[in-house]
Amino acid sequence: MDIKLREVEYSYAAGTPFERQAIMDVTFTIPSGQYVAIIGHTGSGKSTVLQHLNALLRPLKGEIEIGSRTIAAGRKGKKLKDVRRRVGIVFQFPEHQLFDETVEKDICFGPMNFGVSEEEAKKRTREAIGLVGLPEEVLGKSPFDLSGGQMRRVAIAGVLAMKPDVLVLDEPTAGLDPRGRQDIMNMFATLQKKNGLTCVLVTHSMEDAARYADKIIIMHKGQVYRTGAPRDIFSDADSLTNVGLDIPETVRFQRMFESHLGHPLDKVCLTPEELAAEVSRLRGEMT
Amino acid sequence: MMEKMIVGRYLPADSVVHKMDPRAKLLFIFGFVIIVFLANNAVTYAVLGAITCLIVLLSRVKLRFLINGLKPVLILILFTFFLHVFFTKEGDILAQIGFLTIYKGGVIKGVLISIRFLLLIFVTSLLTLTTPPISVTDGIESLFGPLKKLKLPVHELALMMSISLRFIPTLLDETDKIMKAQMARGADFSSGSIPERVKAVIPLLIPLFVSAFKRAEELAVAMEARGYKGSEGRTKYRILQWSTRDTIAMFLLVALCAALFMLRS
Ligand SMILES: Nc1ncnc2c1ncn2[C@@H]1O[C@H](COP(=O)(O)OP(=O)(O)OP(=O)(O)O)[C@@H](O)[C@H]1O
Ligand SMILES: [Mg+2]
Repeated sequence: MDIKLREVEYSYAAGTPFERQAIMDVTFTIPSGQYVAIIGHTGSGKSTVLQHLNALLRPLKGEIEIGSRTIAAGRKGKKLKDVRRRVGIVFQFPEHQLFDETVEKDICFGPMNFGVSEEEAKKRTREAIGLVGLPEEVLGKSPFDLSGGQMRRVAIAGVLAMKPDVLVLDEPTAGLDPRGRQDIMNMFATLQKKNGLTCVLVTHSMEDAARYADKIIIMHKGQVYRTGAPRDIFSDADSLTNVGLDIPETVRFQRMFESHLGHPLDKVCLTPEELAAEVSRLRGEMT
Repeated sequence: MMEKMIVGRYLPADSVVHKMDPRAKLLFIFGFVIIVFLANNAVTYAVLGAITCLIVLLSRVKLRFLINGLKPVLILILFTFFLHVFFTKEGDILAQIGFLTIYKGGVIKGVLISIRFLLLIFVTSLLTLTTPPISVTDGIESLFGPLKKLKLPVHELALMMSISLRFIPTLLDETDKIMKAQMARGADFSSGSIPERVKAVIPLLIPLFVSAFKRAEELAVAMEARGYKGSEGRTKYRILQWSTRDTIAMFLLVALCAALFMLRS
């Protein structure tokens, strides 16, 4: 299911003196099955864009095509449930959405809202809790007795259990420990590769964007600044620093290495693994 | 959806009303609230209405914005209006619809009470729209200052008030956020039967309460960490200044009061 945004514009508190334009003229496509990363300076409109992907916000101008549905400005949308089921959003700090007595009930909330039977929902809950790396014992606990990181995982599981076609993640790992971040990020990547899930990730980590994304969208001051493949995006350091972003550590290391070496490597390496392979290949060539 | 509410919001601007001393505004409103109850005929209501319009004009708050923001309250007013229309049995019978009889007295009463409500709400919401919450508190603290002699915790009460005012918009934003998060999980807040809807707000209310309590606790710790320990020995950063325009406002209030006494029947 592709999602296409066409010249989307949105202002908060439109029509009041507090009106504030958040995004304008945003056009891009999220191709089905791909991993798309949205990066940008704080306040650049990333979260606002995300809320258009499942029609939580409706555009003031432009339109959004979500699969076969079109959400256009000015028209009242009905029956958005199907869109919401197919596009699952994990919000920034999703732990604030937990409410039920037990973790299990909380995770079941999403699926059961979409008409999944209780039995099936419980089965999904078990799967989801395993995916986010929590033991099944937590299912019987109150979500409010968990640590912040555990709450975050439960909230993510709550969205995974809906089995969406498109998984939208707004800085899902902010505030998790390094190991936990890696596990969760790898889990999303596996779901995307194995189950054909479409992933949209908002992140401040250039490393994550470089490692996982097929396509990168850079937002700046409410507009799309650039889109492209990670290798193209991260080979142009100047355009990134212009908008308050930076290249990943690996690319920085590569640039330093190249200046010592006196000539560039064949390609921009996005992960340490790639760079290590490239360097040892070079060494093999030299000897 | 929450962003249109204006209760408790401050709207920065450069107007006479904005520049007034908060004490003057508070006294004026206190007086006005009492005076409104003096009105009992068309002329007195017209006078009060004119004064309210004048204040709105002076404050440079757009009327359309004010009305939009007060919509939820307007619905309440409409409700009381109909209550009066349907249940007051005074005067001539105007119309009879099924089992409902509408009396002239009911309509008059409904209109008058609605206007009274409306005037009160306009004027009081102008207070928060034109005065930063902090100034409101400073004003209240200063006005009630003499009560400190009676060992009343005036400073603490004022602080409590300003914190509540300060957190209304935050709470509304938070409501909006949690609502969206639950809607993304398929929650439906806008349709279904009444019991279904009541049940639907639980996923909204619980996170809201949890975060409100957490926030309160964090705020208390943060204040203590910065050495806050009540009013004792605390100096003021903003000094309130009474100016001519405040005195004029007080005169206006007295004049208004006198006028109403003369005009009322
Ligand atoms: N509920 C709201 N009401 C009013 N303005 C808002 C609201 N949410 C966001 N904005 C404004 O819209 C703009 C874009 O905000 P948005 O949250 O989309 O940014 P972001 O790119 O997600 O930032 P961050 O990286 O900090 O999460 C900002 O200028 C912000 O102040
Ligand atoms: Mg954001």
